[in-house]
Amino acid sequence: MASPGEAVVIDTHVGKKKKPPARYWDEPQEEGKDENTVGKGCEQTEQAVQQKQTQKAKKRKQEEDQGDGKMFISGKPDPFPGPAPIPEDRVQKFKRRDKTKKSHRQHYKLKDMMSRSEEVSEMAQKQAARIDLLLPEDAGFLEGDDDEDTCTISQEDISDAVDITAAAKYFNLKLSQFGPYRLDYSKTGRQLLLGGRRGHVACIDWQSKQLMCEINVMESVNDVKWLHSEAMYAVAQKKWLHIYDSNGIELHCIRKFNDVLRMQFLPYHFLLATVSATSFLQYLDVSVGKEVAAICTKTGRLDVMCQNPHNAVIHLGHSNGTVTLWSPNQKEALVKMLCHQGAVRSVTVDKTGTYMVTSGMDKKLKVYDIRTFKPLKSYFLPAGASCLSLSQRGLLSAATGDIVQVYRDVWSTPVTKPYMAHRVQRTVWGMHFCPFEDVLGVGHGEGFTSMLIPGAGEPNFDGLDANPYRSAKQRQEWEVKALLEKIQPELISLDPTELGQVDHTTFEQRHQDRVQALGFDPLAKEKFIPKYKKKGRSSAGNVEKRKRQVAHEDLREEIRITVEDKMKIEKERKEREKKEAVLSSQRSALDRFEK
Amino acid sequence: MKVKVLSRNPDDYVRETKLDIQRVPRNYDPTLHPFEVTREYTRALNATKLERVFAKPFLASLDGHRDGVNCLAKHTTNLSTLLSGSCDGEVKVWNLTKHECVRTLQAHEGFVRGMVVRHCGTSFFTVGDDKTIKQWKMEAPGYGEEEEPLNTILGKTVFTGLDHHRQQAVFATCGQQVDVWDEQRSSPIRSFTWGVDSFSAVRFNPVETELLASCASDRSIVLYDMREPAPLKKVIMTMRSNTVCWNPMEAYYFTCSNEDYNLYTYDMRYLDRPITVHMDHVSAVLDVDYSPTGKDFVSASFDKTIRIFPKDGGHSREVYHTKRMQHVICVKWSADNKYILSGSDEMNIRLWKANAAEKLGVLAPREREATNYSQKLKEKFQHHPQIRRIAHHRHLPRNIYHQTKELRVMKEARRKKERNVRKHSKPGSVPVVSEKEKHVVTVVK
Repeated sequence: MASPGEAVVIDTHVGKKKKPPARYWDEPQEEGKDENTVGKGCEQTEQAVQQKQTQKAKKRKQEEDQGDGKMFISGKPDPFPGPAPIPEDRVQKFKRRDKTKKSHRQHYKLKDMMSRSEEVSEMAQKQAARIDLLLPEDAGFLEGDDDEDTCTISQEDISDAVDITAAAKYFNLKLSQFGPYRLDYSKTGRQLLLGGRRGHVACIDWQSKQLMCEINVMESVNDVKWLHSEAMYAVAQKKWLHIYDSNGIELHCIRKFNDVLRMQFLPYHFLLATVSATSFLQYLDVSVGKEVAAICTKTGRLDVMCQNPHNAVIHLGHSNGTVTLWSPNQKEALVKMLCHQGAVRSVTVDKTGTYMVTSGMDKKLKVYDIRTFKPLKSYFLPAGASCLSLSQRGLLSAATGDIVQVYRDVWSTPVTKPYMAHRVQRTVWGMHFCPFEDVLGVGHGEGFTSMLIPGAGEPNFDGLDANPYRSAKQRQEWEVKALLEKIQPELISLDPTELGQVDHTTFEQRHQDRVQALGFDPLAKEKFIPKYKKKGRSSAGNVEKRKRQVAHEDLREEIRITVEDKMKIEKERKEREKKEAVLSSQRSALDRFEK
Repeated sequence: MKVKVLSRNPDDYVRETKLDIQRVPRNYDPTLHPFEVTREYTRALNATKLERVFAKPFLASLDGHRDGVNCLAKHTTNLSTLLSGSCDGEVKVWNLTKHECVRTLQAHEGFVRGMVVRHCGTSFFTVGDDKTIKQWKMEAPGYGEEEEPLNTILGKTVFTGLDHHRQQAVFATCGQQVDVWDEQRSSPIRSFTWGVDSFSAVRFNPVETELLASCASDRSIVLYDMREPAPLKKVIMTMRSNTVCWNPMEAYYFTCSNEDYNLYTYDMRYLDRPITVHMDHVSAVLDVDYSPTGKDFVSASFDKTIRIFPKDGGHSREVYHTKRMQHVICVKWSADNKYILSGSDEMNIRLWKANAAEKLGVLAPREREATNYSQKLKEKFQHHPQIRRIAHHRHLPRNIYHQTKELRVMKEARRKKERNVRKHSKPGSVPVVSEKEKHVVTVVK
């Protein structure tokens, strides 16, 4: 039983009296009673150890009998007692839902089932948190020296400092003839699609700098978008929507989609959402080639659009300062929010679907919590941001004219300075963070710039979801699987977990129907019939007494519930009053005119 | 300035040679896997559809009998051996893996009424219409030897059923009375009667091995203790029960197949109302057998179908039928919980899968993992209406379909009438009698 005990370490460093390296099992040893014999250090002699062991031998024996297994057969204490502790924040990361409250009125089988499934999910959560410790890559970062702003560090400095493969990710493409450029990265982040305003469309494997195809569509190009894989992409041209394959061959010209200005692809639904100059929001199912929905938004020209990656709802920005949320199942907007005084210039949503960042003609940058639809932060940018993009790890890039600024933590702390900044040659036209890379792609009038933004990309990808290193065979298999689990457009709603919740209303409706059909309530509480007891204990008076006891018990239960409810309401009221009191103490200057 | 930019070494993420398997790094972060619930729902829907596509339960038909198959017996120690007795007194021993008959013997004159393999598996007993109990060796006689029983007991009356004790050399028969026999003696060690003229089935409890249950023709189910001289108690129902089967895992529970198209699961301690009424058959239920796990049971019916019920479910989860299968007389669930065997009127024994969509044979680990995963998903989303509809749909022969509908209409009409009567009479004078209570007449101790 070789245990990597600290005894060895201590022996070799006796002279230096160096502290042994901190290990996770140190903490329980300090707190614990019996396994601190070796760990606590040099001053304890072997004898003392022996003595202590004999003192607690009895107790230990008991513990062993209980199956703790803290001892080896040789008598040595286990230096790694119990399972390794998991940091609480990691466990929180994998938490799916709160524990359901079990009421004592539920059936015992149901209670048992629920507690069992909770146990299983807790175990899964812990295992996932454990595996999280083993992830191979760490996120990038950029730290300035003392009194050096990170926003003053230029791209050249960064590319000089990092290794050669990372440095090669900072590059410029000088394409002045057909610009300005829109761009899109594929879901794995390997391929880049560029669409120049004057008809130039190119797709590039940007890491190896290999050109996959390059065409000129001889028409103005409004937007470009990859479809589910790097084999196909959609181009919104002057009149219609066209779909090309990665060799530049035109596959479809979709005449139902005209004057498209912006596009979004919903990867799990296989839907291409487009907005047009004629104020139509249209959804195209790219797996079967059918138009799923065409919604006339009646809000004029639409050229601000983004998707919420958490629930596949489309956000549109309008010239009157509102942002509207749309799903293909409803002809009306799900939500309308007034966000800006002037027109909305750009909208973007983070990947957890919690925050929405908007910028408007009023030169403001606002952050909203879109679970509650409340503003969190508002910033004033002197030039106003024309393009916004959020990275996987929550960095916000904002383009003001020809300057690209990247901000960090826009929703948690008030930001005064950008994290990074960079000036490109001409006005920025399109901007996207590359998934799983620390790269920001900027399309502008003079071509394309790929910038290094340390800490932007998710360091560890999931091989079954989006694998940048997948082979052709793996891609084919992924495609089949992804198509098999294509989510139907009917399932798009504001809350994506709605499908996993208990449908109380339907149950109540069905129960009512059942009661009507049967003529009695099958779930009603059975009437208490007292048992017949012998030895004269079932006299009429006795039976009556027992009945009353049961009735009394029921009444107590009812009273208990009503009292609980009352207490709850009272508590809520008090809290509200407290809040109001706090608010009223912050009196404004105008309050003195109030009567 | 301190800087780190993501820079992955491709060697860590792609396989080294073409002979390796592909590397798939995983990250279980929930934010990288959006639409968890809806994707799982889609997977569950697909799994349910595929289950219905792959549901092909019929495996083989064993033909060779020259009259209807009247009884089946599982071998106690050998999975591949099955014994069947027919209405012309012939007993056949089958090898199930090869789907062939390995031995035929003329056991009785007239019907073979009951058959059971001894717990050690070396011999088996048969009873027939010729009032005899015969014990046979399991091995076939050598070349040139006569096919002769080890032992023959001549009884006074016709025997209609037979069962062997789980551990001891004791067996029980039923006929005009329930007899308990010692294998070494030619007269019963105990005889039970309780004022009835004939019994149709008798079964030993596999857990509490001294207990017996039997079905009598006076619509009662009688319980006995082998160690006591008199029967324990009986429950009288509205219609006659044909057979009874004990739950092999829960000693208290037994299920009986009834003439009124239903099956009833009783708790031995509380016979005044059944635990569950299993409805779905549209004709008399003739036989019932539990799975060795005690979670499901299979029933054979006069309506030419076999149904599989969960032990606590009121309706069947599966129905098996073929065009040529006639009235199913006997049914057995194999000891490895994988197959169902049914013997029917038209002289055939049929081999079915117990789980209709299961893939037989050895599963690769990944395949097994995938099936387990889809099984769990189906379980998780089973109550969603679309999935429920697909999972519950079964094609039925036209006459059964129409009969089911007719029965439903009749039931609804009866319920409606009862409701109207209750509405127009004094409150409390027409009590609500639940389905469970309806079928029990009385309990006698």
